[in-house]
Amino acid sequence: MNTTKKEGFDLAMMKGLKKWRLYSLLAVLTIFLSGCGEEYLSTLTPAGQVGKEQFNLLLLSTGIMAIVIVVVLIIYVLAIVKFRRSKVGENVIPKQVEGSMTLEIIWTVIPILLLIVLAIPTVAYTYKHADVSGMTAVDAEGNKEAVTVNVTAKLYWWEFEYPDLGIVTSQELVVPTNEKVYFNLKAADVKHSFWIPTAGGKMDTNVENVNQFYLTFDKESAGLKDGVFYGKCAELCGPSHALMDFKVKTIDRKDFDVWAETMKTTEHVAQGELATSGEEIFTTSCIACHATSGAGTAGGVGPNLATFGDRNRVAGFMDLTEENVKNWINDPESHKPGNLMPQPEEINNGEKFSEEQLDALAEYLMGLSVEK
Amino acid sequence: MSSIAKKKGFGASLWDYLTTVDHKKIAILYLAAGGLFFVIGGIEAMLIRIQLAKPDNDFVSAGLFNEIITMHGTTMIFLAAMPLLFAFMNAVMPLQIGARDVAFPFLNALGFWLFLFGGLFLNLSWFMGGAPDAGWTSYASLSLASEGHGVDFYALGLQVSGAGTYIAGINFLVTIINMRAPGMTYMRMPLFTWTTFVASALILFAFPPLTVGLFFLIFDRMFGGNFFDHTMGGNTIIWEHLFWIFGHPEVYILILPAFGIFSEIFSLFSRKRLFGYSSMVFATVLIGFLGFMVWAHHMFTVGLGPTANAIFSVATMAIAVPTGMKIFNWLLTIWGGSIKVTVPMLYALGFIPSFVAGGVTGIMQAAAPLDYQLHDSYFIVAHFHYVIVGGVVLAILAAVHLYWPLMFNQMLSEKLGKWTFWFFFIGFHCTFFIQHFLGLMGMPRRVFTFGADQGWDTFNLISSLGAILMAIGVIILVVNVIITIVKNEKVGNDPWGDGRTLEWAIPQPIPFYNFKQTPLVRGLDTFWIEKQEGNKEGMTYAEPLSDIHMPNGSIIPLVMSFGLFVASFGALYNGEKDWAIPVLVLGLAITFASMAIRSIKDDHGFHVHKEDILKNEGGNK
Repeated sequence: MNTTKKEGFDLAMMKGLKKWRLYSLLAVLTIFLSGCGEEYLSTLTPAGQVGKEQFNLLLLSTGIMAIVIVVVLIIYVLAIVKFRRSKVGENVIPKQVEGSMTLEIIWTVIPILLLIVLAIPTVAYTYKHADVSGMTAVDAEGNKEAVTVNVTAKLYWWEFEYPDLGIVTSQELVVPTNEKVYFNLKAADVKHSFWIPTAGGKMDTNVENVNQFYLTFDKESAGLKDGVFYGKCAELCGPSHALMDFKVKTIDRKDFDVWAETMKTTEHVAQGELATSGEEIFTTSCIACHATSGAGTAGGVGPNLATFGDRNRVAGFMDLTEENVKNWINDPESHKPGNLMPQPEEINNGEKFSEEQLDALAEYLMGLSVEK
Repeated sequence: MSSIAKKKGFGASLWDYLTTVDHKKIAILYLAAGGLFFVIGGIEAMLIRIQLAKPDNDFVSAGLFNEIITMHGTTMIFLAAMPLLFAFMNAVMPLQIGARDVAFPFLNALGFWLFLFGGLFLNLSWFMGGAPDAGWTSYASLSLASEGHGVDFYALGLQVSGAGTYIAGINFLVTIINMRAPGMTYMRMPLFTWTTFVASALILFAFPPLTVGLFFLIFDRMFGGNFFDHTMGGNTIIWEHLFWIFGHPEVYILILPAFGIFSEIFSLFSRKRLFGYSSMVFATVLIGFLGFMVWAHHMFTVGLGPTANAIFSVATMAIAVPTGMKIFNWLLTIWGGSIKVTVPMLYALGFIPSFVAGGVTGIMQAAAPLDYQLHDSYFIVAHFHYVIVGGVVLAILAAVHLYWPLMFNQMLSEKLGKWTFWFFFIGFHCTFFIQHFLGLMGMPRRVFTFGADQGWDTFNLISSLGAILMAIGVIILVVNVIITIVKNEKVGNDPWGDGRTLEWAIPQPIPFYNFKQTPLVRGLDTFWIEKQEGNKEGMTYAEPLSDIHMPNGSIIPLVMSFGLFVASFGALYNGEKDWAIPVLVLGLAITFASMAIRSIKDDHGFHVHKEDILKNEGGNK
C-alpha cells in the first residue's frame, strides 16, 4: 500500500519533469553516462531498484544543474566578449551601477524553484530507502519472508551471516534476485562502509550500533565478466582499506534456496591423497580461526571457508588460482598489509610451510565447495 | 626607534621579523610559512598521483600512502590555505578600514607563532616514527586503533596551531568592530573586509568544537579517556559530529575570504562598483549562518535515520541560493564594465566556471539518497577539490599577484603569471574533472592502489598527468617570485591604476604606522570617489597630524609558542620515555613564565613624533 502510493508519486514526478522539458536532456545524459564504467561495478549501470532510483536522482540533479551552468556560461561569455577594455575603449569610465532589486529577486526565486524540484524526490527517496519494515514480515507459517543478512566488517574482510537460515559465509555474498534483501550492518574492529555500487548506495558499518537498509538485485550475476558484482569498503580503515573488496553473487530465489540448503548440510570430505594431507595440516594449523562448515553463526576469527572453492578471489582481491592461494598462505602480510592472519611461522612451529605442505593446503582449500 | 628605513644587516632584519607586531610584517610571515606548507602539501599530492597513475603500483607502500593522504589534507587545510588567507587578511584588511594596525598587535604575533610551531610539530612526525595515517578527518575508531605516534602528532599539532587560528579570528573581529576609520560604516566596508569579518565569526564558533574533539582524542590516546572507545561506553559518532560541526564551517572560513578577494578583483578590473553590494553582504552573512546548519551532510551514510538526512539535505540545498546570488552579482559586475584581463582578473574569470562546477556537484551530494552513492567515492574528491582548488587556491594565487605590489612594492611578472595560470588551470581541470567519473564508476576514495581492469586505468592516468601540469604552474610561480624579488623594481601605490579602496591610496612603501592621519571615509570605494573628484592625495583626513602611539616589538609571542611546542613533545612521549614529564613541565614553564613577564612588565609602547612623520614623508618621496 505504502509502495503504490510512492510509485504514483514517482509517476507524477516524471510528468512534472516533462513539463520542465528536461526529458530529452535526461535521455541524452542517460546514454552518455551509461557508457562509463564496468557493468559489475559502476553506479551508472544500476542493477536494482535502489540503485536505479539513486541513478534517476543523479540524472535529475545533473539536468537541473546543467540548466544553471548554461545560464551562467552564456552571461559569462557574453560579458567577456562584449566588455573587454580593448573593445570599450581605454579611458572609458563605466556607469557605476548599484544593483537591481528585480534581478536579485529573479536569481533568488528561480534557484529556489529548481531546488524544490530536486528536494521533493530527495526527501521521498530518503524515507523510501530507509524503510526496513519488511524485514520482520512473516508468512502464514510464521517464517520470515525476506532474506536478511547480518554483515560484519572486519580488518579486512566481510562476514555474511544469514540468521534465519542458520548459515554463515564470508567474502562472497550470495543473494536472491528480484526481492528486497535486508542488511544488518556492523563493524567488529574499526569503522568500515558497505558498498555495492551497482545495487545502490553505501552504508557505514559502525562499531557501536547496527545500521539497517535494503537493496534489490534485478539481474543474475552469472552473465557478468567474473560472474559476480563487485563490493567495496568505502571508509578508510587502515593500510589495506583498498584491498577490502568483496563479491556479490546474485541467483534466482529457487537456486538460492538450494544453495542455502546445501550450506546447512554440507560436510566437507577431502578428495584424494594430496587434499587429505592438506586437511591434516589445516586441522592442526588453521581450524582455530577458519571454520569450514556453512552451518553456523557469525563471530569467526577468520573468514569462513565453506565456499572457498566456489569463490572468485583469494583474500577478497587476488584471482582464485592455486598459485595465489599458496602465495597468500605463505606471506599474508606482504599481500594485505596490516591484516590479522598469522604469518606461517606463527602457526607452524616457527617455520614456513614447505612447498609440499602449501600444495596440499591449496588442493584441500580449492576443494571446499557447495556448488560443485 | 627611528622610522626612517635604514639598511639593516641580516641579523637585525631577522630579529625584526622574530619580534614584529606589525600586521604588515606578520602578513609576510604568514605568506612565507603558508607558502612553504603549500609546497610541502603539493609534493604530497604529487606522490599520491604518482602512486595512482597506474594500477597495482608499488611506488609507495599501503601504510605510507595513508600517511601521505592524511598529511596532504591536514597540511593544505590547516597549514596552507588558512594561513595564506590570514596573510592577506593581515596585509589588507587593516588598510582597507583605515586602521593603524589590528586591535591586538601582540596577539597577532602570538597567533602566527602558535600556528607555525603547531605546523612544525605536526610535520616533524615524518622524522619521528611516522606521520598520522587516519585521514585528515581522523575518525575515531581508526584514529584510536592507529599505532605509533602519528595521530598524537596530529591532535597536539592541530591543538597548538588551532589556538593560533582562534586568536587570529578574535583579533580580526575586534579590529573590524572597533578600528574602522570615521565614516567607514559597516555598509561601506569593502567585501574582503566583510568576508574576513564573517569568516572570523565562523572561527569563533567553529574552532571550540574542534578543540573539544581534539582534547577528547588526546585524552583517549594518552590517558585511556574512553570518550570514543565504544567497548567502554564511549561513542565514535560523537567525534564525527564534533569534527564536522567544526569541519563544515571551516569550508566557509576558507571560501568566504576567497569570495572577498574575487569581489575586489571583479570590481577593480572592470572599473565598476560591485553590483548588488548590499545583497552580496547579505549573502555572505547568510552563507556563514547556514554553514553551521548543515554539518550532518558529511554523515548521510552514518545511519542517522531518514528524518535527519532529509532535514540536512534540504538545509544544504538552501546554501545554493545565496551562493548563486553571489555568482550572478559578479557576472553583473563585469557586465557593462571595462574588463582588463590582468593575471588576478584571469584567476577571477577562471574561478567562475570552476566554482560553479564545484557548487553544482555540491548540490548533487546534498540529495541524500544520491549521496549514498557519491559519498567516500572519487566523486567527493573531485567535488571538494573543485571548490577548494577552484575557489580557495585560485583566490590565493590571484591575491598573491594582486596584493604583491601592496605588500612588497614590486610587481610580479604578468607574463610568467599568465603561464602559471594556464598550466595550473588546465592541469586542475584535467586532474579533477575526470575524478567525478571515477567516483561514479565505483572507485572509493583513499585507496592506496586499485586493481587493473576495473575500468579506472585511463582516467587515473589522465588525472595524474594533470597534476604534473599543476606542479609546473606552481614552479613557474616560484621562479616568478624569485625573479621579482631579485629585480626589486619599485612600483608605488595604486599600481593597477584603478584601485578603489583605501589600501591602494596609502603611499608606498607603507610607513610602519600606516596612515599618518586617520582617513575620512566618504562612501563605498572611497579611494575611487577621491580620485574621481580630482583629489591627488587620494585621501581626505579625519584628524590633524599629531603624534602616533605605536606598540613595541616583542620576542615573547615566539617564546610563549615555543614553550607549547616543547610541552607537546613531553605530552606525546608521556609514559614511554623518562624525560617526558620533565619536558612537559619545562615547556609549560616557558609558556607560563612568558605570560607572567608579559603581564607584569609594563610596556607602554612609544610615540612617533609629528616632526619625524614629516621628515619620513620627505624621505619616502
